Amino acid sequence: MSAVRVEPRVGSADRPSLLASARTLGGRCLTLCLVELAKVRHDRTELYTRAIQPALWLLIFGETFTRIHAIPTGRIPYLDYLAPGIMAQSALFIAIFYGIMIIWDRDFGILTKLLATPTPRAALVAGKAFAAGVRAISQVVVVLVLSAILGVTFDWNPLRLAGAILAVVLGSAFFSTLSVTIAGLVMTRDRLMGIGQAITMPLFFGSNALYPVALMPAWLRTLTVVNPLSYEVNALRGLLLGTASNLPVDFAVLLVSSILGILVASSLLPRLAR
Amino acid sequence: MSRGVGARTGADAPAVDCRELVYRFGPVVAVDGVSFSVSAGEVFGLLGPNGAGKTTTIRVLTTLLRPEEGEIDVFGLATHRFPMQVRRMLGYVPQQLSVDAQLTGYENVWLFARLFDVPRRERRRRVLDALDLVGLSSVADRLAATYSGGMIRRLELAQALVHRPLVLVMDEPTIGLDPIARSAVWERVLELRAMFGMTVLLTTHYMQEADELCDRVGLMHRGRLRALGSPASLKAEIGPEATLDDVFRSYAGDELSEEGGTYSDVRRTRRTAGRLG
Repeated sequence: MSAVRVEPRVGSADRPSLLASARTLGGRCLTLCLVELAKVRHDRTELYTRAIQPALWLLIFGETFTRIHAIPTGRIPYLDYLAPGIMAQSALFIAIFYGIMIIWDRDFGILTKLLATPTPRAALVAGKAFAAGVRAISQVVVVLVLSAILGVTFDWNPLRLAGAILAVVLGSAFFSTLSVTIAGLVMTRDRLMGIGQAITMPLFFGSNALYPVALMPAWLRTLTVVNPLSYEVNALRGLLLGTASNLPVDFAVLLVSSILGILVASSLLPRLAR
Repeated sequence: MSRGVGARTGADAPAVDCRELVYRFGPVVAVDGVSFSVSAGEVFGLLGPNGAGKTTTIRVLTTLLRPEEGEIDVFGLATHRFPMQVRRMLGYVPQQLSVDAQLTGYENVWLFARLFDVPRRERRRRVLDALDLVGLSSVADRLAATYSGGMIRRLELAQALVHRPLVLVMDEPTIGLDPIARSAVWERVLELRAMFGMTVLLTTHYMQEADELCDRVGLMHRGRLRALGSPASLKAEIGPEATLDDVFRSYAGDELSEEGGTYSDVRRTRRTAGRLG
């Protein structure tokens, strides 16, 4: 290669415009999502192993509880009722441990190097959050395929499927930012694993993923109101089964939760780089 | 002039100007009033043992930490006031092996080309050029997990150089490498410096390397800068046969320091060495 002397491009003290900042945010999110897809492409083992859990829930739990009619779900068979809940649960289980990947990145110096790029903290967290959403899409596909095999009567309208994917991506984005927030507070993998396991089940059982809210005791119903997983499941049932739902509220809660999660997690991110 | 913009800005300003920098971790003063300046095109080394304050200084320079007192300017822009602008001027190789093992060599460099906004029409060529510069073109499509330690360091150099930074910052870049890999890394750095005329700021505790490579060095010990000058001038002050090790001993003394690096410093160093095999 020939020697080429590059003219210095010394930085200007001018602040970027709002539009330029928005473009940076979008571009960084896209970049980190593409990187996540590349990782999945190189090693698909995780896709196969992560398919096992939703398969077990649908095949064993779903089939059994459909037969014994233990949970009243109106005119909808229990398996149909359960499938969107398992879709959301599978995505939750991926996202809630995403903070561990951030701690790995910290330990290997990758996070430090990313933080030294001209990337706003919020863009890094948003990128990681939507990358978790990209991984969660695989769970949507797994549950859709299993549901088709098991005879679940979903509405296969492409727009409704796209809406379901959006709901799962937003839900995963929120739960991954929750995980990154915890990572920023506890700083170690072991502690994050412990807290992740401690909060996953309350989030799952304290939602409408497995049974209608009407069956819950009053105190548990309160938890479902503040649990974004319930809104994600509501949106999925409304889109895929056509049940009564309030999609604008469901998506608004998921979007606002994700934005708040990104803001809180990005404020804690520099702690991990110290 | 807005606050945070130095008296001299732009290409005429020093590449790096560190003034009375102080940083504490709780009660521990990691950096205690450090001042030095690096001219454009210079190779400057910060030397010292673990816990001397080198990495903390680098972290303030790379905008990862906000200075508690004092400041560092890069071409006249204060790191804490203009972090985005400063980051665009820097290429950073941290102490840990920081490539993503789940990505190929090409993808690792491509990621940084995108994060530094290398224009789309030039991106592929610039990534391939950067890999070519460090001699990794032929293995660009292999996962980084399959690279040797020396190859990983060179890949990190490609990541740091793909946006053609004005200042290349390297924190212990040869730690844990065998002598052949170390000399290969330094050869590349010097070639690139000659090619692009960029400023290089590095930390190391290998005094011999610093002696051979650096135009000037700063000796740090317990958070303070104990000596500053060219290796030749510092050695001349001690005696005709003196080495940089002798210079360091004359400023820092021979006593064992119980504060020589925190647990995380040692863990980071050992993890890096462990990953290099």
